[in-house]
Amino acid sequence: MLDAQAPEESAAGEPSAVPEAGSAGREALRGQGRIFEVFRQERKGQPFQHAGTVDAPDERFAEIYAREQYGRRQESVALWVVPREAVTEIDEFPDEFEMKYRRVDGYSIKARLHEARERAGTLDMAPGGDAAA
Amino acid sequence: MDTKTAEFLEYVQAGGQVETGDWMPDEYRSRLIKFIEMHANSELMGVLPERDWILRAPTLQRKLALTAKIQDEVGHAQLIYRVVEDLGKPRGACLDDLVSGKAKFHNVFHYPTHTWGDVGVIAWLVDAAAIVSQKALLKCSYAPYARIMKKICWEESFHILHGRDVILTLVTGTDEQFALVQEALDRWWEPLMHFHGNPIPAEEDPMVVWRIKSQANEEARQQFLEGYVPQIRELGLEIPDRALLKDDETGAWLYTEPDWEKLRAVVTGHGPASAERLAFRRLSREHVAWVERVVLAEAA
Repeated sequence: MLDAQAPEESAAGEPSAVPEAGSAGREALRGQGRIFEVFRQERKGQPFQHAGTVDAPDERFAEIYAREQYGRRQESVALWVVPREAVTEIDEFPDEFEMKYRRVDGYSIKARLHEARERAGTLDMAPGGDAAA
Repeated sequence: MDTKTAEFLEYVQAGGQVETGDWMPDEYRSRLIKFIEMHANSELMGVLPERDWILRAPTLQRKLALTAKIQDEVGHAQLIYRVVEDLGKPRGACLDDLVSGKAKFHNVFHYPTHTWGDVGVIAWLVDAAAIVSQKALLKCSYAPYARIMKKICWEESFHILHGRDVILTLVTGTDEQFALVQEALDRWWEPLMHFHGNPIPAEEDPMVVWRIKSQANEEARQQFLEGYVPQIRELGLEIPDRALLKDDETGAWLYTEPDWEKLRAVVTGHGPASAERLAFRRLSREHVAWVERVVLAEAA
């Protein structure tokens, strides 16, 4: 069916001879199109979120298909259509040194705060109470 | 089960999400492909019963609404086949298996339509049954599928409203129009009861075990009945199952046990309209093949 060499029996609307695709064309035929990732923005100010993919031979078609799939009913204020190969995924974040001093969860002030309040005699003033640590 | 698979199973059962590039057990991947492929096939085949009615729809507004619904369904099919492709099965192979009868699609699309009443019943009740399942799929462990389900559910809600509007117009019209709906309901009740599949317990349903489905078949059916039996009855329509009633104690709906063998026969291609619909799909695929060739050759 995808053999560009063999002219089909004529059906309504078919060109009389299928132009012979070059080798690049034949590659495209075999692999169908290219994959484009579509990101949509629901309302102005919202982040763009991944909505799905379209399969298109080039950018022109990708835009048309993305508009059809994700913009037919004014459901998005904007779309980003990006060829898949342009997206670099990073999903490993080694934390060998556990540099907690740079994060909120790297500090535990409960014990020291209790000690300070004890010293100042203000345990009963603590909002919500301060039971012994 | 090896350790890696066991860990994966634990992960998805705890609500973990899986992306396209992640490692997944072969069984998970193949079950996912089969399930999602069936959904894509159903969206594509589901277009055919309605497409028949565009030229016969009673008003211009109905023609436009039906056309928009069909456009949505085909769009859904494309999105869903894309998800299957990313899992490793090319779209061409899916379509080959569909037209050869190797792959399945939902039972309801193996039945013919006889009147405009059918069109209303399909758009309202069949879509309602589908949306019960689709809402549960929003929690699918495979994230790319769960994400496109959001868009699909959003569009299906217009379909149901359109269907209900058609039904309401008919049941508030002439006696003949009312009778059209009742007659269609009489024929469609059995396929509707079949739709969610036979009542496998959740623990025995591999699709639920892998968290591809988050809802057992019977749970889905009960949800459908709970939501829609009152809506059907309040229109003065009769549901063709004398045994259909709600157990006040348990809150569960009781009904005449559907013939599950018949369901199996239908989805394996022996439904009243299966052969005709697949033949049409085969033919239309052959007829448009030249478009694909020309478009891809030009873009190269």
